[in-house]
Amino acid sequence: MAQIRMETNILGANDMLAAKNRRIFKEAGMLVVNLMSSPGSGKTTLLEKTIEGIKGRIRLGVIEGDLYTDQDAMRIENKGVEVVQINTEGTCHLDASMVEKAWRRLAHHPIQLLFIENVGNLVCPAEFDLGEHFKVVVLSTTEGHDKVLKYPLVFNQARAVVLNKIDLLPYTDFDMDAFSRDLQLVNPMVKVFRVSGRTGEGIDQWNQWLLEEVGKQHF
Amino acid sequence: MHELSLIAGMMDLIRNSADKNQITQISRIKLVVGKLSMALPHSLSFAFETLAQEELFKDAELLIEEREICCQCQQCQQQYVAEMPSRLFCPYCGSSDTQMLTGRELFIEFYEGD
Repeated sequence: MAQIRMETNILGANDMLAAKNRRIFKEAGMLVVNLMSSPGSGKTTLLEKTIEGIKGRIRLGVIEGDLYTDQDAMRIENKGVEVVQINTEGTCHLDASMVEKAWRRLAHHPIQLLFIENVGNLVCPAEFDLGEHFKVVVLSTTEGHDKVLKYPLVFNQARAVVLNKIDLLPYTDFDMDAFSRDLQLVNPMVKVFRVSGRTGEGIDQWNQWLLEEVGKQHF
Repeated sequence: MHELSLIAGMMDLIRNSADKNQITQISRIKLVVGKLSMALPHSLSFAFETLAQEELFKDAELLIEEREICCQCQQCQQQYVAEMPSRLFCPYCGSSDTQMLTGRELFIEFYEGD
């Protein structure tokens, strides 16, 4: 009987590929944002509004993660932005190797800001580093303020949280004070944007912040 | 839900290592899982039972050690165990400026076999 000590991270293979992606993204001179949320929170609508707002000022690209369909990618393509679809075919998250393959199809485009729209899921994607610069979580008021404490890892990992469907706030039981308090507990440094993808409220501030973050990249 | 792909990844790593170490039968595998990792021990065990059909793994027992979420407060420097993943703030001074020391582990500590 032999005992072999490994001390090896199960996600080690993914983390190594993510580190490689990070180097590639750095060399390409772009900011990469991993956009995560539960299904139906409005990630794609947020992206559409973001593209409308900053397309003229910055070169954008999108990698769309989805279980089976290319509906979201079509929506992004209609906005005139380079987009690559990844179908995970049942897998609940994107991983670094999927992103690397998708990136190869975008590599010849000069992109300054690349969004990776993850599979709609607040659990599994939080675990997988894709090589992004930072993560952003989209939460919508209709999902409820309690999601922050229910899915602490994803909120703990985020640089920013976009609270979407703010126009529906009066029709929900979403408790803004509880949301702010819980977020402070889980991630005191996080930046919060209150937006409505439908009415466009708050999108300007979000876009402004993205442009500042792109400007901060010292490649 | 991603426990299945985590276990498949674990088995790849062990398969490679066993090959190098000329091990053909594994009896025990020890996995360390932090309480803030999004992997559930029960689901990991289930995934292993489902996937471990081949000769190398068929008699292997999967041991899982859960590791507490241990933090150090950056304000008062106290160390403490966070009882819940959603309660990371310092119980001594209330600050949420804390550094996580353990709790996100997801690694193979060792395996045994012949």
